[in-house]
Amino acid sequence: MIAEAGLAALWLAAAFALVQLMVAWGAAKHGANPRVGTLMTALRRIALVQGLLALLSFALLIALFVRSDMSVELVAANSHSLKPMIYKVAGAWGNHEGSMLLWVTVLAVAGGGVAMFERRLAAGTLAATLGAQAAIGIGFYAFLAFASNPFARLNPAVPDGQGLNPLLQDPGLAFHPPTLYLGYVGLSVAFSFAVGALLMRDVGPAFARAMRPWVLGAWIFLTIGITAGSYWAYYELGWGGWWFWDPVENASLMPWLAATALLHSVTVLATRDGLRAWTLMLALVAFAMSMLGTFLVRSGILVSVHAFAVDPTRGTFILALLGIYIGGALALFGARVGTVTQGSTFQLVSREGALVLNNLLLSVILGVVFIGTLYPLAAQAAGVQLSIGAPFFNKALVPVALALVVATAAGPLLRWRRDNWNALAKRALVPTAAAGVSFALLFALARGAHFASVVAIALSVGLAVASVAPVARRNLRRTPLHVWGMVIAHLGVAVSIAGMASDSAFKVERLAAIQVGQNTTVGPFRVTLAEIRPQIGPNWSALEAKLQVRRGEGKAFELYPQNRFFSTPPTNTNEAAITTLLDGQLYTVLGQGDEQGRWQVRLWWKPFVTLIWLGGGLIALGGLLALVGRVRRERRDSEAEAYA
Amino acid sequence: MKRLLLWAPLGLFIVVFGLVASGLVKPGDRAVRSAMVGKPLPALALPALLADKPGVVTAELKGKPRLLNVFASWCIPCIAEAPQLLKLKAAGVEIDAIAIRDTREAVQQFLAQHGDPYTKIGDDKASAAQLALGSSGVPETFVIDRAGRIAYQHIGDIREDDVAMLLRELEKAK
Repeated sequence: MIAEAGLAALWLAAAFALVQLMVAWGAAKHGANPRVGTLMTALRRIALVQGLLALLSFALLIALFVRSDMSVELVAANSHSLKPMIYKVAGAWGNHEGSMLLWVTVLAVAGGGVAMFERRLAAGTLAATLGAQAAIGIGFYAFLAFASNPFARLNPAVPDGQGLNPLLQDPGLAFHPPTLYLGYVGLSVAFSFAVGALLMRDVGPAFARAMRPWVLGAWIFLTIGITAGSYWAYYELGWGGWWFWDPVENASLMPWLAATALLHSVTVLATRDGLRAWTLMLALVAFAMSMLGTFLVRSGILVSVHAFAVDPTRGTFILALLGIYIGGALALFGARVGTVTQGSTFQLVSREGALVLNNLLLSVILGVVFIGTLYPLAAQAAGVQLSIGAPFFNKALVPVALALVVATAAGPLLRWRRDNWNALAKRALVPTAAAGVSFALLFALARGAHFASVVAIALSVGLAVASVAPVARRNLRRTPLHVWGMVIAHLGVAVSIAGMASDSAFKVERLAAIQVGQNTTVGPFRVTLAEIRPQIGPNWSALEAKLQVRRGEGKAFELYPQNRFFSTPPTNTNEAAITTLLDGQLYTVLGQGDEQGRWQVRLWWKPFVTLIWLGGGLIALGGLLALVGRVRRERRDSEAEAYA
Repeated sequence: MKRLLLWAPLGLFIVVFGLVASGLVKPGDRAVRSAMVGKPLPALALPALLADKPGVVTAELKGKPRLLNVFASWCIPCIAEAPQLLKLKAAGVEIDAIAIRDTREAVQQFLAQHGDPYTKIGDDKASAAQLALGSSGVPETFVIDRAGRIAYQHIGDIREDDVAMLLRELEKAK
C-alpha cells in the first residue's frame, strides 16, 4: 500500500507541476492586469502543494526502506533486513531511483520555498521563474515515471535484500549525496530566476538580490559536499590521496566553480547593478554543470572509480533533458540578452575589477576541468582510448589557482567603482610582507620542497593576512555579518590551500612488507606490527593489524587498520587507521599477506593535511554567515520600506 | 560581431552535446569475466577444518564434474543458498567446500542448522585460497570439469532458478 501511495503522490506532484506551468504562463502574460493578483496567489499555492506532494512521496520511499519491504524492487536490490537503521534510511537515496526522487523532491520543495518567501520580485518575473522551475520539474517527473520508477513492485517478493555497497556504509557517505543534491538543485532555482528574468527582460539589482540567497545556499551545500566527499575518499578508499580528478569528483567541482563565480558576480549586480549579461550567463552555466554532472554520473559514459548503475536509456533521457533545458535557455540568452540594457560601468582598478578578474580566473579553471573531464570522450569519438589524470590538471591549474589566490587577497582591499594603484599598494603592504617573509623562511628551512608548494604556502599566508584586513580596523560588533562571512570564507581558502601545498611538499610515504614483531619507520614515527588478528562485525569479517607507533621518545599509541570483507554483496575494503595530531596525520593501511608471513603495510606521514578540510569547513561557515546576514538585512530593508 | 558572440555559448553547447551523445551511442564493452574460467584449478592443499571431513587438495578434484563452493558461517547469503546446495547434493552432485576465515565451532553449528551438503571442507583462515581462485567474495561456486579445470564461476548465492542451470553446466563439464 505504501508503495502505491508513494507512486500516487509522485504522479499528483507531476500533475501539479503541469498546472503550475500553465498558470505561470497565464500570470506572466497578463502581468500588467490588476486581476493577476488572484492568479499569483493561486500560483504560489500550487507550487507549495507540488513541493509537499513530492516530499510525501520521498517520505513514503524512506518508510519502505525502514520497514525493509522486500516486495519493492528497489528495496530488495539495495537494502537488507539486517542492516543498521541509519543505512536502511540512507539506502533510500543510495541508488539511482531513490536519488533521482530526492533530486525532484528538493527541486519541488525549493520551488515551494520561492513561492512562499519571495516578495520583492515583480509579479511577472516571479511567475516566469516559477514556470521555469515547474518546467524543469516536469522533465524529471517524466524521467522517474517512465525510466526509473522507485516504487516498482517485485513479484514474487524475495526473502531478503541484496544489501548496499559496503563502500557506501559509512555515515559520511550516507549524507554526502543529499548534500550535493541540495547544492545542484539550489542552482536550478538560480537558473529558473535567470530564465524568468530573461523572459520578462527584468535584469537588475532586485532580481540579483532575489537570486543571491539561493546561490549562496547551493554554494554552501556544494562546499560541504565536496569537502566531506574528499575526506570520505581519503579515509575510506585507503590510497592516502584526497583528490583524484575522477570524472565523478569533477562533476561536483564544476558546478562549484561556476557557483563561486556566480556568487561574486551576483554581488556586483546586486550592489552596483553591473555585469548583467555575465551574471545571467553564469547562472545558466552553473545549472548546466549540475545537469552535466548528473548525466556523467548516471550514464557511465566516462570510466570512473565510483561505480554507479549504468543504463544507456537513462543516460539518453537525462541527455535529452539537458538538451531541452540548457539548449533552450542558451538560445533564449542569445535572443534576449542583447535587449538587456547595460548596467553601471566601473574602472579597472576597483572592487568590481577584482571581481571580474576572479570570475575570469574561475572560468579558466572551470574550462580546464571541463576539457580535462570530457577530453577522453572526444578521443573516444576519434577512436582513441585514453584517460586524463592528476599530472594534466596539476600542471594546468596550479598557476591559475595561485593567480586566483592573489586576486582573492586583492579584492576586499579595493573600493567599489574606482580606486588607485597607490592606495591598493599601501593597503597590500602588510599581506605582501607576510607572504614575503614566509617565502624566505620556507625557502631557507625546507630546502628540498617543491617550489610551487612553497610559493603556494607563502601566498596563502598573504591571503590569510589580507582576508582579515577588512575587519582589522573596524568596530567588530558593528561589522555586518556578511562581511564576516567573506572574511571567514577567504580565510578558509587560505587555510585549505596551505593544507594542500603542505601535503604535496612534505608528505612521506613508506610501503613495507614486514612480519609480526618487526618494525619500520615513516617520517618521525617508528611503527611496529604487533599482531594480525581476525575481527567479526555485524555484516563483515576482517583481518586487523595492531600497529604500535612511537614518535621519537614520545608516548606510544596503537592503530588498527583493517582489511575488511563484506558478504552481501561480496566486497573487500581497506579500513585505513588514521591518527590526527596537531601537526598532521599518520595514515596506515593493511595490505595483503604473502606466503612467508609478511604483511604489506602502507604508511603516510602527512603534515598539516587536515587544514584542507578545516579550510573547506571555514569556507562553508563563511557562506552560512553571509547567507544569514544577507537574509536578515533584506528582511530589515523590506520592513523599513513597508513603514516608509 | 557582438550579436554573434551572444550565440557563441549555444554553439559551444551544441558541440559538447553532440560529443556526449556520440559517446552514449557507442559504449565500450564493460562485461566482467573471470580470468580463471577455462584454466586448471590452482594447486592448493587446504587442511581439514572438521575432524570428520577431509581437507581440500585441488589436485585431487577431478575424475568427475563437481562443485567447489566457497562459503563461511558468518555469511548471510550462504544461509539463503543452503537449500539449493542440498538439492544439488540430492541430485547426485559432489560438492566440496572452502570455508573462509572461519572457526570449527561456527561451521559445525552452521551445518547442523542449515544442512551439510559437503564431502570435503578445506580451511582457509586468511583468504589465501580465495585469492588464488580469483574469487571476490562469499558465497561463490565453481563448476570443476572432469579434467580439474574451472568450467564455470557462479558469483553470489545460488538461487532456486540457478539450480537447473548449474546442473546443465555440470552436464557440459563431463
